[in-house]
Amino acid sequence: MEFVPPVIDYAVVWPLLLVAGMGVLIMLLDLFVSEERIRQWAPILAIVGLAASAIISISLWNSGRSAFSVAGGPPMLVADNFAIAFNIIFAITGILSVLLSINYLQRTGRDRPEFYMLMLFSLGGMMLMGMANDLILIFLALELLSIPLYILSGFASPRPESEESSLKYFLVGAFSSSIFVFGIALTYGATETTSLPGVVAAAQNGTTLLLLSGAAMMLVGFSFKVAAAPFHMWTPDVYEGAPTAVTAFMSVGAKVGGFAAILRIMLVGLPTLGGTWATAIAFLAALTLLVGNILAISQTNIKRMLGYSSIAHAGYILIGVAAAFNNPNGLSAAIFYMFAYAFTNLGAFAVIVAVEHKEGEGVLLENYKGLAKRYPWVALCMAFFMLSLTGVPTTGGFAAKFFVFRAAIEAQGLIWLVLVGVLTSVISGYYYLRVVFYMYMYEGEGQIVMKPSLASVIVIAAVATLLLGLLPGTWFELARQAVFHSVQSLAAGG
Amino acid sequence: MPSVVDINWYIALSGILFVIGVLGVLLRRNAIIVFMSIELMLNSANLLFVAFARHLGSLHGQVLVFFVITVAAAEVAVGLALIVAIFRTKKSINIDEINILKG
Repeated sequence: MEFVPPVIDYAVVWPLLLVAGMGVLIMLLDLFVSEERIRQWAPILAIVGLAASAIISISLWNSGRSAFSVAGGPPMLVADNFAIAFNIIFAITGILSVLLSINYLQRTGRDRPEFYMLMLFSLGGMMLMGMANDLILIFLALELLSIPLYILSGFASPRPESEESSLKYFLVGAFSSSIFVFGIALTYGATETTSLPGVVAAAQNGTTLLLLSGAAMMLVGFSFKVAAAPFHMWTPDVYEGAPTAVTAFMSVGAKVGGFAAILRIMLVGLPTLGGTWATAIAFLAALTLLVGNILAISQTNIKRMLGYSSIAHAGYILIGVAAAFNNPNGLSAAIFYMFAYAFTNLGAFAVIVAVEHKEGEGVLLENYKGLAKRYPWVALCMAFFMLSLTGVPTTGGFAAKFFVFRAAIEAQGLIWLVLVGVLTSVISGYYYLRVVFYMYMYEGEGQIVMKPSLASVIVIAAVATLLLGLLPGTWFELARQAVFHSVQSLAAGG
Repeated sequence: MPSVVDINWYIALSGILFVIGVLGVLLRRNAIIVFMSIELMLNSANLLFVAFARHLGSLHGQVLVFFVITVAAAEVAVGLALIVAIFRTKKSINIDEINILKG
């Protein structure tokens, strides 16, 4: 057997290399540069790496390039518009999370460069999730995404809450990835290949019990990652115990990362995928919506509440996934939803970081009493983020929900799911607007910590949420192109 | 050629190992044992990969095993460090006693 070296188009790998490479650079500089200096430079380097990665990703838009094609087979890594859209979400998430962490870490005395290093590695894993076109790579990406997050959620060690959150996240995460790996093994046995196009092609020639159980186990693994009910139990605990900056990062990054791989599988299978799985995913979505929204009502800790809220949002994204079986617009709607969710949630968490004046204090809903009187602008932004999470018109959250619901209605047979979605949105209004109510209707005292880096996150997030809400058509068109161009380049064989 | 074992036996064996692992995770309370059960689940998948690779005559499965082993090693490093850190604070690794966060 002759060895054929794989075809590598390095332009495709650069966005990834920059992010992970910057992480390695920070790790090395930590050894050679004085502590004072590396503390100042680590966040700057992280932001530079992420921005460069985003710019290179954008320059690849519409190019449909791919890399690591072994012996003329399907490529393992693709940089189609779909992957680029996700790269941009992750770069934005990364930059905002770094900005949000700078002051938080200084304040809590945990300002260590390895924080940014771990964040960059995790972001590298997330980007790989969107670009991976092979089950081996998806598995690697999943682990690269998760392992740094386990460490990050325990970053406030020896605080017992943080350690507990880290151990819980680790055990559940490792458990779910072993289920996922077993699913890959069964799928590989059934289809003789690990490349996504190959698996999908084999699936169309008839499903066997092996393939069915393999796919089901992979779905379970993903559901753990994106916190879809009934695999959500870890989410509130982990979100509450982890340092707030980390919670912000993983509430967006880990979730969008999980969905990137799910949507990639849908995208590859799009032209011919049958409706067998649509019902399963629709039920998963409905259950997730109900569990997330109903359990969020009784929470008094805002981090925990946003933990349940993030479960609920996974449900709305899953509506888009379920719709995508009949209607490619479902995929675009899901991508748009994740953009809106990323900005809104990071903005809300920036306010939470500001209100948490001392580590672990100021995270209760009571601490928001009277915020509007003392800090009108911060309260206004927080109210805006809460309205966006509820889905009130003129916010990005509304446009996102609208597109997801529209895609589900067009897909036919999913009207009941849209009804569940609308009803649970009404429920969610109760707990989101309660925050607004506390801020505006009560008297209260207490300080917040506001630093330029934190303020910039709030402003960027608020402006982006507003823009997504006011000009939804423009942005949705981009999301639509991301999906359709990718489908075409897949159909063209590359 | 030695007698060839049917692929179904391998599937059954790794299935049984996997279920033992899942039960261990769900039933045992010691964090280390839970962790070992997770490793058992990963290794049952490895067994399946190798068996399929042999059965199908393709190399993909064998390569995947290397990835899984490497990642599992990374996971062990992080996991044991976490368990040690928790033990220092709580003097216990019983996961029923690690319960500050709830509600």
